[in-house]
Amino acid sequence: MKVGVYICHCGVNIANMVDIPKVVEAISGQTNVAVCKEYQYMCSDPGQNMIRKDIEDMGLDRVVVAACSPRMHEPTFRATVADAGMNPYCFEMANIREQCSWVHEDKEEATQKAIDLVKSSVARASLLEPLQSTEIPVTHSALVIGGGIAGIQAALDIANSGFKTYLVEKEPSIGGRMAQFDKTFPTLDCAACILTPKMVDVARHPNIDLLTYSEVEHIDGSIGNFHVQIKKKPRYVDPDLCTGCGLCAEACRLKGRISSEFDMGIGKRGAIYVPFPQAVPLLYTIDPENCLLLKHGKCGKSPKCEDICDPGAIRFDQEEEHIDIDVGAIVVATGYNEFSPVVKEEYGYGKFKNVMTGLELERIFSPSGPTGGNPIINGTEPKNIVFISCVGSRDKRIGNPYCSRVCCMYIAKQAHLLKEKIPDANITVMYTDMRAFGKGYEEFYERVQKEGIRYRRGNAAEVYEEDDLLFVRAEDTLLGEPYELPADLVVLGTGLVPSPDADSIGQMLHLSRSADKFFLEAHPKLRPVDTVIDGVFLAGAAQGPKDIPDSVAQASGAASHVVNLLVKEKIHAEPIIAEINEDACVGCKTCIVLCPYEAPLYDDEKKVVTINRAVCKGCGSCAAACPSGSIKMNHFKNEQIVAQILEVI
Amino acid sequence: MTEEFKPKIVGFLCNWCCYAGADMAGTSRMKYPSNIRIIRVMCSSRINTEMIIKAFQTGADAVFIGGCHFGDCHYVDGNYRTKKRIDVLKRLLSHMGIEQERLRLEWVSAAEGEKFSKTMAEFTDTITSLGPSPLREIKEEAI
Ligand SMILES: Cc1cc2nc3c(=O)[nH]c(=O)nc-3n(C[C@H](O)[C@H](O)[C@H](O)COP(=O)(O)OP(=O)(O)OC[C@H]3O[C@@H](n4cnc5c(N)ncnc54)[C@H](O)[C@@H]3O)c2cc1C
Ligand code: SF4
Ligand code: SF4
Repeated sequence: MKVGVYICHCGVNIANMVDIPKVVEAISGQTNVAVCKEYQYMCSDPGQNMIRKDIEDMGLDRVVVAACSPRMHEPTFRATVADAGMNPYCFEMANIREQCSWVHEDKEEATQKAIDLVKSSVARASLLEPLQSTEIPVTHSALVIGGGIAGIQAALDIANSGFKTYLVEKEPSIGGRMAQFDKTFPTLDCAACILTPKMVDVARHPNIDLLTYSEVEHIDGSIGNFHVQIKKKPRYVDPDLCTGCGLCAEACRLKGRISSEFDMGIGKRGAIYVPFPQAVPLLYTIDPENCLLLKHGKCGKSPKCEDICDPGAIRFDQEEEHIDIDVGAIVVATGYNEFSPVVKEEYGYGKFKNVMTGLELERIFSPSGPTGGNPIINGTEPKNIVFISCVGSRDKRIGNPYCSRVCCMYIAKQAHLLKEKIPDANITVMYTDMRAFGKGYEEFYERVQKEGIRYRRGNAAEVYEEDDLLFVRAEDTLLGEPYELPADLVVLGTGLVPSPDADSIGQMLHLSRSADKFFLEAHPKLRPVDTVIDGVFLAGAAQGPKDIPDSVAQASGAASHVVNLLVKEKIHAEPIIAEINEDACVGCKTCIVLCPYEAPLYDDEKKVVTINRAVCKGCGSCAAACPSGSIKMNHFKNEQIVAQILEVI
Repeated sequence: MTEEFKPKIVGFLCNWCCYAGADMAGTSRMKYPSNIRIIRVMCSSRINTEMIIKAFQTGADAVFIGGCHFGDCHYVDGNYRTKKRIDVLKRLLSHMGIEQERLRLEWVSAAEGEKFSKTMAEFTDTITSLGPSPLREIKEEAI
């Protein structure tokens, strides 16, 4: 064993507080230390060359650099030693800058600490084992979960780079929330005009396999090689024969009797339906919960849809299909749901019919929506309209302390659209703070104010009814006075919460969630599209409330990370993982319960556990708990850690 | 013992949060006493009972464990396991005659350099006023 130790001055950063010659003196002559040198800047070329040369000339097989944090330069020096033919995992760093010279004020104490830290690193280095990273072949295809604008953008970008992409959407059509809007802030361009062409591109793309009305059932495997099982729900319509003519929907006995999810329950549909006229794919779907034949086995004398469908596309015997696919990378774009304001009892949602949510109002604006785009609420045109912002956002009492980011702006948009359609309407926005952070947003907010929409600061306390009239009670926090307004329409600026499917998708992929329950990115600033699970990326509102431009930008970012991965033939798997000594394992399954990633697998025949190398992330939790001591946590073995303890005390 | 008592503290810090927080204290030049000797692990849940007992047996006056805040664990929920393990171990230490305060678990995020340095100052104070670990005295007497 020959350990080379290099102490860095980091200019004066370390040398001013640590007596470096003294450290060199204390370390030279320690067990296994073949050479101990000091240098101005170890990370510079001459510094790195010094290490390379010593490895070659003296045959060093372990190297310790005492310098800055390993979080800074461990990768640099690992590459240096590997260059000279040494195993990179036999390199060790002592952090004598961030955790010593920069934080202490007594030179003698700092020097003693540096000596202890370097000794500890030498002891650890002496016990480090050469590790080999394994090569894993990459499956050159991707899965995108969720077909909102984020999922659509990600799928198109990946497919355009030449890779097979599976886009799974649980609803009968792709499009997500954006498809429900008429106009989008701040430019007021028509949502359908910019979204529909992209949806059609998806359907026509030779590299995209679009799986609508489908759900991901099971995922295993890891970066480069995920195995995914997808459930394709039966539509009871033959996709090859359906022409999308819609005669069936016209004929359905339940036409106009079932509340439409796409219209937020305001509009009605039949048992056979498309969610909206521009749906992609334009395929009709029978809703088995309501269809008379599927539910009761009988629809009049004969099902009207079947009678009228010339191509004979209706298939009541269609069954659920299960599709297995292999992909190298996954993008999660499951989007958001609207916060349900039922829990905010004071606003009377669900009690008073003229209290509605932001998404519901979006459908009123839509020319293909329940009112044909006319501003008619429960039969009349409202004249006194109150918007209440931050419903379900920035509200610690209900557990949503975060800002939903889009509500201020969609309220401005909706207020503008109402004013345009009903010029004599009195429109008041009761807001908490105005957040118009995006490009063109502040300008749009100003424009809306100039149109005569009144903004009053301070949130609403209560909505109540008197003599069939609604009143909103609020406090103007700028004037410091309470006031009341009559209203024939109250719009709740409901916030965004994660899609309810985030639970199951998160569990399948072992994704972490942030305190707001949205998916957690690998780093809040520098890795906003990655997750801590290699090969799994995030796009759109699934990661946190976002407007459309940000969702699209993040989706393109996620797609580029996917492509970076898929262009590789092989990837290297990190060898810092747990290993099980099968002879010692007693099969108690403690590790299986502990592991957050299902890496330990029980072998029924041998009655022991083995670790799936590709899945283990190397936390070491299992190794700390294994009662029989059968688990070796590579690079952080018990004896390696104990050796450090013995040196620092 | 006339010499001033300088406690020996061993710290096990997870790579992703607390170790990064300690680095942050460094980058921001937030000073704290030099007593702690830090050992880096990937997750605080890597640390088992034997390692902590070993530290005390070898003569440590205190052991500090630093992990990520709940919900922030790089490995989903490793820190919950750490919490459980440390709670049990604290009771065990009491039985061994070691004050529970000598084992401290803190969640420090990568951004909380200030929290790290303050915690170090405070912890060092606590241990200084507690005096040397009873285990260390037994060991020294034996020598
Ligand atoms: C009332 C309102 C008005 C808005 N107006 C604007 C505006 O004018 N301009 C603007 O920029 N932004 C606006 N926004 C924000 C905009 O809706 C979002 O930025 C955008 O929809 C986010 O897109 P997404 O693809 O991330 O999510 P979504 O649109 O929510 O799409 C997610 C998709 O994933 C699918 N899905 C979910 N779970 C699964 C699963 N398990 N398997 C398969 N598929 C799944 C869903 O069915 C859905 O199709 C508004 C928001 C609201 C609430
Ligand atoms: S905890 Fe240890 S003994 Fe128990 S099953 Fe896992 S490896 Fe085997
Ligand atoms: S080291 Fe962590 S990730 Fe790997 S098997 Fe053990 S518990 Fe699972």
